[in-house]
Amino acid sequence: MNLRNIVDKIKPTFEEGGKLAWLHSTFDAFETFMFVPNTVTRKGSHIRDCVDIKRVMIIMVLALVPAFLFGTWNIGYQHANAFGLDWNFWQICGYGLVKILPLVLVTYIVGLGIEFASAQIRGHEVNEGYLVTGFILPLIVPVDVPLWMLAVATAFAVIIGKEVFGGTGMNFWNPALIARAFLFFSYPSRMSGDSVWVGGVQRFNDCGTAFATGGNALVDGFSGATPLANPSGYSVVDMIIGTIPGSVGETSVIAILLGAAILIFTGVASWKIMVASVAGGLLIGWLGGMVVTDAVPCWQHLIMGGFLFGSVFMATDPVTAAQTECGKWIYGFLVGALAVIVRLFNPGYAEGMMLAILLMNTFAPLIDHCVIECSIKRQAKKAARLA
Amino acid sequence: MSNKIQLKHGLDIPISGMADKVTKKVMIPGTVVIKPSDFRGLKARLLVKEGDTVLAGSPVLAAKENPDILFTSPVSGVVTEVVRGEKRKLLEVRVKADSQSKSVDFGAQKVETLDAEAVKALLMKSGLWACLIQRPYGVVADPQTAPKGIFVSAFATAPLAADVEFALKGQEHAIQAAVTALGKIAPVHMSFNAKVKSAFERIQGINAHYFEGPHPAGNVGVQIHHISPIQKGQTAWTVTMHELAAIGKLLLTGKVDLSRKVAVCGPMAIEPCYIEAVPGIRMDELKAFYGTTGEQVRFVSGDCLSGENVTISGATGFHANQITLLKEGNEYEAFGWANPFRFKLFSSSHTYFHWLLKWLCPEKKYDLDTNLHGGERAFVVSDVYGKVLPMNLFPVYLVKACLAGEIEKMEKFGIYEVLEEDFALCEYVCPSKIDIQSIISSGIDLMIKEMA
Repeated sequence: MNLRNIVDKIKPTFEEGGKLAWLHSTFDAFETFMFVPNTVTRKGSHIRDCVDIKRVMIIMVLALVPAFLFGTWNIGYQHANAFGLDWNFWQICGYGLVKILPLVLVTYIVGLGIEFASAQIRGHEVNEGYLVTGFILPLIVPVDVPLWMLAVATAFAVIIGKEVFGGTGMNFWNPALIARAFLFFSYPSRMSGDSVWVGGVQRFNDCGTAFATGGNALVDGFSGATPLANPSGYSVVDMIIGTIPGSVGETSVIAILLGAAILIFTGVASWKIMVASVAGGLLIGWLGGMVVTDAVPCWQHLIMGGFLFGSVFMATDPVTAAQTECGKWIYGFLVGALAVIVRLFNPGYAEGMMLAILLMNTFAPLIDHCVIECSIKRQAKKAARLA
Repeated sequence: MSNKIQLKHGLDIPISGMADKVTKKVMIPGTVVIKPSDFRGLKARLLVKEGDTVLAGSPVLAAKENPDILFTSPVSGVVTEVVRGEKRKLLEVRVKADSQSKSVDFGAQKVETLDAEAVKALLMKSGLWACLIQRPYGVVADPQTAPKGIFVSAFATAPLAADVEFALKGQEHAIQAAVTALGKIAPVHMSFNAKVKSAFERIQGINAHYFEGPHPAGNVGVQIHHISPIQKGQTAWTVTMHELAAIGKLLLTGKVDLSRKVAVCGPMAIEPCYIEAVPGIRMDELKAFYGTTGEQVRFVSGDCLSGENVTISGATGFHANQITLLKEGNEYEAFGWANPFRFKLFSSSHTYFHWLLKWLCPEKKYDLDTNLHGGERAFVVSDVYGKVLPMNLFPVYLVKACLAGEIEKMEKFGIYEVLEEDFALCEYVCPSKIDIQSIISSGIDLMIKEMA
């Protein structure tokens, strides 16, 4: 008996009138996960491209994998460094996995639970968009964020950031960033400062003990500050490789660029937004360097904090970014520019990427509106000339 | 080639089953079907009853709003059946064809001496007026309007489309006569493929334009957009090459002869080739092409992107010169979306490796079926549509305006310039599997209703 037969056999239970009809959307999600449905076109284009949203989303997840893997290793590496542990590669990775898997599980269980429920209420199919959101979210928070906070933030983001607007495709803020903003403003002590970025440090400071410290105390001269707070504390090579404290997935420039290469080649994310964002960051960093006396060189903004991660994976979210091609240049440029402006001129926030992207998400429809109006006016002029 | 227009956006889908350039057999149709639904917005009045005998060119239907516009039988025979649907809506008029077709004689014309009104009157009474399609909206042309031009695409880029040069070989005379006659009504614009030398470039009295690029460069709507975009209040007429030939034959011989070379093609077609046929032939008379039962076959009158799904008991449309036979893809595919390759299917997206395959063996064709390959979702990806639409439009915005039924926005985003077929590729590539053509269609219907 093959898998298909089993699915066909239990299917009626989940259909209208069946005992478990209230789980219809859930069943459907799992069925379509395993089998591309047998639906055929009715009219219009009789043949269709074999790319679907599942494929687009899985490519997005694939692009995040390098950052995820490096982040997992770096959690262990930072912890081992902080407590002076002489760990081998597998111990480092093991600690990283123990720390990151709960984050992933919490975001997926809470987020997908809400997605399934709202799909059932609406009678829709479950949208795959959350597979990406749920994978990004653990990568943009400090490793020691309490799981219940993450759960609350995830629920807030999925419900208020997405489902109230109608689900994936209808939301206008990036849901993962809504979750992060929620955490940032609700629990600032867990989201910023010098003690949250390395696993176990905060707990050690509070209780005098932490998981897997081997009985060691923090090593002398341990700072735990990210490069944004302490620009001179890390070498450029460290920042490019990513062996620095920070949110889980944001540290390694190399891993993020690998992801960017996948996204750009497959066309899943817009290279225009990425390039424009980097250009915006560079320009403001350069201009700011002339005004602000202790500013880092402008290019260094690109490799610090979440700038690159945000530019590559979050500003490019096709739903919340600008939709028009010209609009993408403007949107991306402003994301990069605003992020660096916040970094340079607002002492309250060391990192500006989250706020920059959320702000530009809000303005993306306005940018598109202006671009379209201009284009239509140009067309009308051209048509008048031809006529 | 002074006025060459290069189009970058578009997509040529490598589907298998291209028709060989031979005419295997002449179709002597048993029954020919005349369908009012082939003409958008037509409210038809029936002029015949069951048992009447008709000749090729005898009126069968008339337009209620303009009774001068007649729709005539393409063959001679006996009206066997008038098929009606719900609320007695007229669906089909079936004519059993005689073995030898006899025609009404409209009299051969001296084309040079005709004036616009005479041309219009002749076309309306012979039934060939229905060949003229009016944009915006794609309705049968209104003889009272003054179009800014009559546009003809002299090449086809749609998947497996009938080759104009082959199908109309030797009909230059007829087409010349038709162009001369239609030229009395409005200037005739003819668009050619810049890469192929056409036998029809020699035709006198046309404004020639040259286009280069992938499908939909051969769509007349795309061409009009680049030659002279349709503004609010303007109209343009279009006509296909094979219907120009029919108009020409009417002018030269006085007889209605709608026979044309029809490409029978597609992955399910056995030995795909051309047949000589009139419009309205029934699919079940094509047994030689689909085998015995016709199960698991999708019968499409037209091309696989924007043709009509007519089923085995249906008939080809009035304008069609192509029949595409596709495989019904009503099968499950385990973990299809996660399969890295899926080489039996085709994707233009780089999320698969078909680009590599295209590079390695450029001639590879795919047996594409009718599976949707996914579930319907909201619009997520924004930049795939513009890549296959060589028009300065914002496709997603227009589609959303149509969904919302907002007339002003539809106007703004270019509803006057488009027909469903122009969006066929957008629908093909859409990863959210949205029925874009249906949405555009309902938008156009709404415009017709509201702007009337």
